[in-house]
Amino acid sequence: MNPKNVGVIENPDGYGKVGNPVCGDLMEIYIKVKDDIITDIKFKTFGCGSAIATSSMVTELAKGQHVDDAIKITRNDVADELDGLPPQKMHCSNLAADALHEAIKDYKKKKK
Amino acid sequence: MISLLTRVQLCGFKEENMERIYLDHASSMPVDPRVFEFAKSYLIKDYANPSSLYSIGLEIKNAIEESRKKIAEFINAENEKSIIFTGSATESNNLALRGTALRNIRDGKEVLASAIDHISVINPMKELQKNGFTFNVAPVDPYGIINLEILESLLTKNTTVTSLMYANNEIGTIEPIKEVSKIVHEKGRYLHVDATAAAGRLPIDVQEDGIDLLTLSSNDLYGPRGAAALYIKPGVKVQSVLLGGGQERGLRSGSENVFAIVGMGEAARIAQKEMKNESERLKKIRDELIKEILKIEDTYLTGHPTKRLPHHASFRFSYIEGESILLNMDMYNIQIATGSACSHKTLEPSHVLLAIGLKHEEAHGSMVMTLGRSNKREQVPVIVKGVKETVQRLRQLSPLT
Repeated sequence: MNPKNVGVIENPDGYGKVGNPVCGDLMEIYIKVKDDIITDIKFKTFGCGSAIATSSMVTELAKGQHVDDAIKITRNDVADELDGLPPQKMHCSNLAADALHEAIKDYKKKKK
Repeated sequence: MISLLTRVQLCGFKEENMERIYLDHASSMPVDPRVFEFAKSYLIKDYANPSSLYSIGLEIKNAIEESRKKIAEFINAENEKSIIFTGSATESNNLALRGTALRNIRDGKEVLASAIDHISVINPMKELQKNGFTFNVAPVDPYGIINLEILESLLTKNTTVTSLMYANNEIGTIEPIKEVSKIVHEKGRYLHVDATAAAGRLPIDVQEDGIDLLTLSSNDLYGPRGAAALYIKPGVKVQSVLLGGGQERGLRSGSENVFAIVGMGEAARIAQKEMKNESERLKKIRDELIKEILKIEDTYLTGHPTKRLPHHASFRFSYIEGESILLNMDMYNIQIATGSACSHKTLEPSHVLLAIGLKHEEAHGSMVMTLGRSNKREQVPVIVKGVKETVQRLRQLSPLT
């Protein structure tokens, strides 16, 4: 277990938060964007091993990508990069991708 | 092992520093080498079926009866006939609950368990609802001790079976069995006690405690898996749940697992002899662990501080999740358990932690340590360091801190 991109970004260009600690998973993703390219990305996760792994993986996948490409990253992409997840843990990868999508939507809203 | 090593390397730890510290004895225990030596001939040499009438069959039958005697002595049963061997504690619980409720159906169709009973008690009780039974659940206080007033109010003369754990495996709390027995026998009928977690840690006396049915597991006594026992007080009527050749007085059909049964008896004999000293030794280590781990901020003990099993320490940590704790502790080669939802197939947090009043998000951050013979006092600083670093690391990751 050696997650990458842990932390927060002060004054992020986009911020996404999904999940609920009651259900056992809560994720936050912060992005810094320049010319629609994600230049920095950080996360914080309350959750199981899969949740931490998928958060870390989704930040790795999105880093350096154009926001319009990054928003297409799906739960399956995340799980595939991790060489699969047990069926009952698939919702963890869903959450990680959702948090990224929320952060990108937030960025686009702010840009308008 | 490969994946563990990879994880260890990822974290930059050195392999040679990693002595395994196993703290999950409630989940599985090693077989005592003395028990294995005692029983091994029944695997490779004395393999005849104890139901066979030739002399070797009869000798093996005698070995089973010797084991039965040892189990009866272990819990001070009236006689050895009151002990039925089964294949697992789950099976003993099923036989005790379904077998007794269905056999005595004409006397009433109500059953009762505590909110913190094991799933192998709760699920047979729920199944009885399909047979028209009412299943009542007695709540527990924040320490996990059964509420005696509510228990009394739920019992009627139709309550044929009431079930309670001797002590809880997840929070270590010891239940007031004698008081419960008094109430059950005044207002209801039979008391079943699941002593899987308590046996071998605490002395158990079924006559003194007033128990009608008692579940014991072999592995929890350092015996082989594949054997367990159900004590049935003389006079209590039970019917079988498995139908077949009629072994074990017709109550548990199926050829006997002789190796495991003989091993279980020897394990019980050794436990009876060594339990007192071993429990005192483990209690000292356990107390030190609790003292040190509670120094971590926002950390709480779960279960009762004093009325608890001597080898048991359980905690909850705010802001972090139990499966992550388990995986991170494994990188230190320390094995612990958790009641977190993520570690269960159902994705529901432990019903025990919810029953003692924890919120869902609190129940997710639980850790259970159960000590055994392999644990030594010198391990305490290593364990405490592992826990401190794990909690700190996961809190750095957590959006809740």
